[in-house]
Amino acid sequence: MTDTTARPRTDGGVVAPAGGAVGTARTRLEGRDKVTGAARYAADVPFDGLAHGWLVLSTVARGRITSMDTAAVLGMPGVLGVVHHGNAPRLHPAGLFGPDGQLQLLQDDRVPHVGRPVALVVARTPQQARAGAAALTVTYAQEPHDTVFRAGHPAGRPAPAAPARPDADLGDVEAEIAAAPVVVDQRYTTPEEHHSAMEPHASMARWEDGRLEVVDSNQGSFMVARVLATLFGLDQEIVRVRAEHVGGGFGSKGVGPQLVLAVMAATLLRRPVRVALTRRQVFSTTGLRPATEQRLRLASDSTGRLRAIDHATAAFTSTIQEYVERNTEASNVMYAADAIRTRTTVVPLDLPTPGWMRGPGAAAGSFALESAMDELAQAVGVDPVELRLRNEPSAGPVSGLPFSSRNLAACLREGARRFGWADRDPRPGTRREGRWLLGTGVACGSYGAGALPSTAAITARADGSYTVSVGAADIGTGARTALALVAADALGVPPESVRMRIADSRLGAAWFAGGSKGTASWSWAVTAAAADLRERLASVDRVPPDGVTGRGDTTDAIGALGKQERQSYGAQFAEVAVDTGTGEVRVRRMLGMFAAGRIVNPLTARSQLVGGMTMGLSMALHEEGARDEALGALVNSDFAGYHISAHADVPDIEADWVEDVDDSNPSGIKGVGEVGIAGTAAAIANAVWHATGVRHRALPVRLDRVLESGFPAAR
Amino acid sequence: MREFAYQRAGDVAGAVAAFAAAPGARYLGGGTNLVDLMKSGVESPERLIDVRGLGLDAVEEDADGGLRIGATVTNSDLAAHPGVRRRYPALAQAVLAGASGQLRNAATVGGNLLQRVRCGYFTDVTLPCNRRVPGSGCPAVDGEHHNHAVLGWSEHCVAVHPSDLGVALAAFDAVVSYETGAGPGELAYAALYPPVGDTPHRETSLPPGALITAVSLPAAPVAARSRYRKVRERASYAFATASVAAALEVRDGVVHDVRLAFGAVASRPWRAHAAERALTGAPATARAFGAAADAELAAARPLPHNGYKVPLLRNLMVSVLTELAEEAAR
Repeated sequence: MTDTTARPRTDGGVVAPAGGAVGTARTRLEGRDKVTGAARYAADVPFDGLAHGWLVLSTVARGRITSMDTAAVLGMPGVLGVVHHGNAPRLHPAGLFGPDGQLQLLQDDRVPHVGRPVALVVARTPQQARAGAAALTVTYAQEPHDTVFRAGHPAGRPAPAAPARPDADLGDVEAEIAAAPVVVDQRYTTPEEHHSAMEPHASMARWEDGRLEVVDSNQGSFMVARVLATLFGLDQEIVRVRAEHVGGGFGSKGVGPQLVLAVMAATLLRRPVRVALTRRQVFSTTGLRPATEQRLRLASDSTGRLRAIDHATAAFTSTIQEYVERNTEASNVMYAADAIRTRTTVVPLDLPTPGWMRGPGAAAGSFALESAMDELAQAVGVDPVELRLRNEPSAGPVSGLPFSSRNLAACLREGARRFGWADRDPRPGTRREGRWLLGTGVACGSYGAGALPSTAAITARADGSYTVSVGAADIGTGARTALALVAADALGVPPESVRMRIADSRLGAAWFAGGSKGTASWSWAVTAAAADLRERLASVDRVPPDGVTGRGDTTDAIGALGKQERQSYGAQFAEVAVDTGTGEVRVRRMLGMFAAGRIVNPLTARSQLVGGMTMGLSMALHEEGARDEALGALVNSDFAGYHISAHADVPDIEADWVEDVDDSNPSGIKGVGEVGIAGTAAAIANAVWHATGVRHRALPVRLDRVLESGFPAAR
Repeated sequence: MREFAYQRAGDVAGAVAAFAAAPGARYLGGGTNLVDLMKSGVESPERLIDVRGLGLDAVEEDADGGLRIGATVTNSDLAAHPGVRRRYPALAQAVLAGASGQLRNAATVGGNLLQRVRCGYFTDVTLPCNRRVPGSGCPAVDGEHHNHAVLGWSEHCVAVHPSDLGVALAAFDAVVSYETGAGPGELAYAALYPPVGDTPHRETSLPPGALITAVSLPAAPVAARSRYRKVRERASYAFATASVAAALEVRDGVVHDVRLAFGAVASRPWRAHAAERALTGAPATARAFGAAADAELAAARPLPHNGYKVPLLRNLMVSVLTELAEEAAR
């Protein structure tokens, strides 16, 4: 484990309160290790006798495996074994949030999509394993497949309601629309997108003394260990999962296929096995954001006051697991309206199972809602910032619940001031600079906040240092550092005396690095442990040699919380230039103002928000999984074909925040992981409209779409 | 990646002899494309013959105004060469429009000419591709061809040549010099890539085992006023959606000399002869530029999802020529 302690105190006494660490900019505790290469990621950790597994993926979109010529491969140099549906350990139903069909790997001969693992070849070296995988002949009985998504697909069915957020049915949407003087009724589409974390997924599994040890790249080792135990029918006590350093996740690093297959191989071969995915395999096997088609109907009076929001969305899922992309969440909380209705449809297709990808639901949902709001502003003839301020709710528009804190209006006002919005000419297509048309746009976004039950322990040492143990995950967010600051303030000591232990399932139950709830959940457990520890320390004169440990468990406190609307909010402003000859769209500057609770570490929080905005820019202009209909296969599963914003695409981006404290958790924290991508694509698409006079309702706003839709306002 | 042998060649004759002695060998320049393809399994040579130490890394300026560019000159050195920048600015601009700084430092001119297509079906060994596996089919024709050819394609392959450098070379009548076991030879760059026809796997007209040693550019005064513009989905580090290399000389408002080539529209950099013929002697006006573009693009056969490339090329060509004409008039 990385030594993350700096200058421990040596006076042996109980340290006097310091405080004030939260809110100060701190570089990452493990930053030096990362930039010097000392930090080891899952595929870097050496083990004696390590064998290497290589995935074999299905090449047909639907059918059955009829034969697999394993004998030829088993005779190849270095090959130790081939795991397939004929010999793989039988698995029990399991998943992070209920049984997940994706995890039932190598259990039968069915092929549900291109890129489904059908075998794992294990050999002494990765090269030998890869050669074996390439040589494995798999024969399929192919069946007709359907991989083409559309909202009206006959396989579509209503999605089950989210546990905490049923479909909205406030007021009479149809009556309001019929009676309203202004109605916007449009469809918006977003494509399949891929997480593309820098570190490809990798896992090592081995059995030692009757215990299963895993070194993984994941977003929550405790929950991964629990799923593994259930999946393989093991006592969770004997399963240990660690993920000390993780090079990005964006939602894709739950229980990866490489982990399940590594455990299978280690179990069958009785030796340590590592499975590391290639970039192409990451594209094929680790989830994606599904394509969506959304219909938005907004009705308002002549001043822009909303009378109705009707938001219907459809997205695809696979045939083996129902993943629901909840795009309508924002329509429940963003704006006051007399009537609000939301509906969600899932369309099962012969495609890989989608999953949470940064801002799940919100990223695509906000594109539709916030584009429609811009269209409404245009139709009513009111400034788009003002339109949003006029529809600011005082409580949850559908739920009626109070907001834990909101402050979206402050984001809009302060953002507009800094961006120079007041000088904006609302007419589209009127600003030219050589070949370029210029425009500006605004959009808002939100993402659910809150904390989920977690545990933590803090041990005071005789040397004056404190060891914080919490099952957190730092997937590049800076969570490790943020928690050290929270612990320091809770203990009343300088951050330098705090040592962090995270990312180990042995550290106890803890929430995932997901849902923008990681830091809020873990920090609460840390402050509870600190309170417990301070109580214990008050009753001792000196810290004994083996230390004093305080423990925190937030299950009861979180269970006792009253119902509230808890979200992070943001307002984003963008300026774009559009080449009238080529249709190229380039973003010139972006500003995001956020209300995201108390900011623990401004340095890493800003990095996350700017990262979210950059991912939103990439979503607006570049990212798109391209599938061949006849083959059902992705044909751009590398970084040459799947475009993500390059440095030159990322202009002057600024992220900042307004005062916003969420009193429903002791640290006042919300989350900054996802709100940064909520609204970005709409802000850019709205700016493209302002530049050209043409509305783009399909992402990405590709140059061919811009070119073919013309520049009517420029003529 | 399959195991392979690696050797450094000491001279041109030695490299050619080593290649002839080792079936399944490949010459290695910067490796920026070949090594990627080896990692993905598209290429699996048994032997790499490193040709970077052959002394082919100089750019020589001819007294008459031409240039001779050694095959292992890196893209970075080529783009920075004062003679290139002065005599053929579009060539330097084309090189700088491609790849990234790191790649340009490694990539060589010879390798650039022989780089493979970036079609998604070609680069993924699990998919059919006539170029990679002759006879396996071309799914791109009816499939994903958003950035594929509109000119000169066949139903056997619709991929485009990815080079930026090549577009400028095509515009300026480059000549490729090579060495074989039977002696040296020369080939017009325009003839380097045979028509795709029903043999898309036959990617060059070079004799078997030939090693490119140099690329020569004949003197062309018009090239001193030239420009390369590349259209792409993102601002850097992307292959072209369309590009134009253009040189223009205007006398008394009339086009005296013009060179035009297009990139990312065909299986080779596309010299726009029809447009050049239409323009020579015509007034240097946007209207004439547009008519010339139409003359060239009359042959275009867009696929269902890439029809945008035709108006895009037209706009691009008119825009670049208009800029050159305006600069000449200043």
